[in-house]
Amino acid sequence: MDEGLRNELSKQGIFTTTLEELNNWGRKNSVWPLQFGLACCAIEMIATTMSRYDLARFGAEVFRPSPRQADLMIVAGTVTKKMAPQVVRLFNQMPEPKYVIAMGACAISGGPFKQGYNVLKGIDRYIPVDVHIPGCPPRPEALIHAFMTLQRKIDEQKLTGPNRARYLDPDTPSEFPVPQFGEHDLVPTSNPGVWQPPAKARPA
Amino acid sequence: MDPYLFLTVFLVAAIAFPLAPLALARLWTLKFSPPKPGDEKNATYECGLESKGDALIQFKAQYYLYAIIFLIFDVETIFLLPFAVAFTGLSAGAFIAMMVFLLLLVEGLAWAWMKGVLTWK
Repeated sequence: MDEGLRNELSKQGIFTTTLEELNNWGRKNSVWPLQFGLACCAIEMIATTMSRYDLARFGAEVFRPSPRQADLMIVAGTVTKKMAPQVVRLFNQMPEPKYVIAMGACAISGGPFKQGYNVLKGIDRYIPVDVHIPGCPPRPEALIHAFMTLQRKIDEQKLTGPNRARYLDPDTPSEFPVPQFGEHDLVPTSNPGVWQPPAKARPA
Repeated sequence: MDPYLFLTVFLVAAIAFPLAPLALARLWTLKFSPPKPGDEKNATYECGLESKGDALIQFKAQYYLYAIIFLIFDVETIFLLPFAVAFTGLSAGAFIAMMVFLLLLVEGLAWAWMKGVLTWK
């Protein structure tokens, strides 16, 4: 629909929408996170859901205890190499459309434990992360900001066409390979489909 | 007007009300959102861990038999204690009734013993 006509109609009190906008509006206002905390960031996540910060304002207060009912995985805390396969498996069990917020320095990069032998250096090595939040731990405001960022991202997703959302494409996988807890490290050490090691830029 | 017409309309509405959203969801799936099942997603257990073994296993019943026999004699003690306290004032009929009760329990113990319940295997 022509944007000018739409403006004109809304001035006359006539609301017009598209199926895509209606769908995205519904989805972005009922993002149900998976009830899942790994470390101290989970405490901030809990605080965010409570009355003071009130995540219910964004329609995301319903923390689901089962991945089958969840839309969003908040990876809140340090992901150890022993825990990483379980995190990926939980993400695989979530139905589409599904999103990931990596909360805190540990979940995005390993954080202060990056040099530890048992700490995964960022969950984005195995699953596609939509929003990264830095902080140790991030304040509830930061998590709310991440939610709003995710809502904007959902709002912009296309329903049809070549640029449609990832989950609408029948060829893109919904499950991601679960790493195995190997002898020295996780096998494989990353999923090249979602993460590539940063290339070192050498001065010419 | 036929009074059953109202019921028929109600019946049709009652069937259509739950079926319409299901049909719409199905249509949405066919038009836009392809289903993507997989081994992980269809797994029964949903705690992130892989389930091991079979759910149809046999428990060892020995402990339960021990527990039941213990319970019987536990209850017996509760009856025996007031019996012993009031022993001197009891009539012959009450004494015989208690002895029959004891005999039944001892018989049960003898039966369980004979069955080999008391030997832990």
